[in-house]
Amino acid sequence: MTNWKVILNIAKTHLLTKMKSTVTATLGVTFGIGAYITLVSFMTGLNTLLDDLILNQTPHIHIYNEIEPSKQQPISLFNDFEDALNTVSSVRPKQGQLKIHNAVPILNKLKSDSNVKGATPQLRAQIFYLAGSIELGGRLIGVDIMEEVRLSNIEDYIVNGTPEALRNSDNGILLGHGLAEKMSLSVGDRVQISTVSGSVFPLKIVGIYQSGIAEVDNQQSFTNLKTVQRILGEVNSYITDINVKLWDMDMAVPMANTLEKQYGVKAVDIKEANAQFETGTNIRNLITYAVSIALLIVAGFGIYNILNMLIYEKMKDIAILKATGFSGNDVQLIFMSQAMLIGTLGGLLGLLVGFLLAIAIDHAPFETDAMPTLTTYPVTFEFIYYLIGIIFALISTFIAGYLPSKKAKNIDPVEIIRGT
Amino acid sequence: MSKVLVTKHIDKYFHKPKEFHVLKDITMGVTQGEFVSVMGKSGSGKSTLLYILSTMDTDYTGELYLNNSLISGRSQQELARIRNKNIGFVFQFHYLLSEFTVLENVMLPAKKLAEKSHKEIEYDALEKLEMLHIGHLAQQRASRISGGEKQRVAIARALINKPTILMGDEPTGNLDSHNSENVFDIFKRLKEKEGLSLLVVTHDHDFAKRTDRIIEMEDGRVL
Repeated sequence: MTNWKVILNIAKTHLLTKMKSTVTATLGVTFGIGAYITLVSFMTGLNTLLDDLILNQTPHIHIYNEIEPSKQQPISLFNDFEDALNTVSSVRPKQGQLKIHNAVPILNKLKSDSNVKGATPQLRAQIFYLAGSIELGGRLIGVDIMEEVRLSNIEDYIVNGTPEALRNSDNGILLGHGLAEKMSLSVGDRVQISTVSGSVFPLKIVGIYQSGIAEVDNQQSFTNLKTVQRILGEVNSYITDINVKLWDMDMAVPMANTLEKQYGVKAVDIKEANAQFETGTNIRNLITYAVSIALLIVAGFGIYNILNMLIYEKMKDIAILKATGFSGNDVQLIFMSQAMLIGTLGGLLGLLVGFLLAIAIDHAPFETDAMPTLTTYPVTFEFIYYLIGIIFALISTFIAGYLPSKKAKNIDPVEIIRGT
Repeated sequence: MSKVLVTKHIDKYFHKPKEFHVLKDITMGVTQGEFVSVMGKSGSGKSTLLYILSTMDTDYTGELYLNNSLISGRSQQELARIRNKNIGFVFQFHYLLSEFTVLENVMLPAKKLAEKSHKEIEYDALEKLEMLHIGHLAQQRASRISGGEKQRVAIARALINKPTILMGDEPTGNLDSHNSENVFDIFKRLKEKEGLSLLVVTHDHDFAKRTDRIIEMEDGRVL
């Protein structure tokens, strides 16, 4: 039988009369939780930004024809030399074509797959950008621009112009930012490009593309798939790459394997292409939690100390409570509820402080070439972190309160009363 | 008259700093409405006995009966309840909760017992304070009143749950003669008007002489 009203009333009186210690202990928790919320919001914001920067530019599965030597040289097919040691020097890549064989049926098959969010055809061509007598080597990618907008965040990287402008234009180009600077070109101007075989085509700049990765921006431009096919003089089934976006990223690995076997093409999944990014994300998360837990442990020791001191000060009170009929459990609950009150109050305040700090960071100006659309520091607001934060606070104060309160429970009132 | 408190063959040892037989085969009783004082030199074991009787000390052998039911061997939880309901305690050094008001101090054991509403408890507490002529101090902080007043508050607190027996460990030991007299009168009046049983450990001969019965202790035995 526990009389919570009486116990909480005593706990409250203790806390209010020791205002200074209470405030110190509460601020300790507030600081820990506030720092955790701020850190985790900022870190996950940063993670999302970096993921966007690289991962969202890469498709979940990239299908293309790899230029590579045959795995089996003809000699090994010849039975007479089966037991001999065959040496082939100067192995050359196999003669083949860059385009994906049967690309259109593959594309249609992929689009009808229920795991696939979308599949876009691409045609990558090596070209030269002509600026007067100077030729700049580069790459022109023919895309289905509206599908790309739907499936990737390419739109974020079009700093001038719109994807619609490209769709509506027969000979439009989204010129790489670095190229535009080098050639002093801007939207509305014309740029001459030359194919490897030497034919020259004028294209109209309908937009500027800036990925934030200089190497890409200095070489790569986008245009419509049909435009590239026309420039190269190829039929409209000529496609060199297929980018696949899945509903569930984890499906990428098994699916890439199946596609490779099924169609005899090279299929690279996102994990293979960007293994290091997941590692980076994990390590950043680890740091966030390590720092937060360290802060909470410090706050926990603060509470432990303050409660310990309080219990020493209140020895006589504890003895009196026990003598007048409060059981050891009641006494323990009195001190536990003090710890939990500090934890709850400090935790909630910490959530608020963290939230406000996150808002402040979210509004702090931050401009970078890497993310043209970004104007402030990236911060995420997710309810789950606030839930974790308050649970953190409660657990750490529970542990910090448990040991001293256990001691209070076991104090022998006779010793205290006789002692004086 | 029935006995409210009975001990049978109580033995107790202190183990630290060395083995010491502090109470030897104590058999005694307190009758309903009796005012008993326990006297003896320092170290005679009278306080130790009192703490066993108060159920706070459970490290002994023998049997302790309160209201004819066996107390020995019960759980801490039950003992706390018994102390709360049946035993009022007054110490030498007042021992009030200094952060609470006088009224709250008196009400606390009754709130713990939780058999009455807050209003009733408050009414009872004020009544006890009035009876001891300290009703005007009800809203004072317990740390702000004088020693004699504190002891009377402690008595009021001991009485709040209408205990079977009131125990005192040198309740006048720290008071001047005027206040000692005052406390004795209160005890006397409680016995006569309310039929309360009292068991008081004291050094004070004048105090003891005026009680119904003196239990003299020496070297852990009742003489």
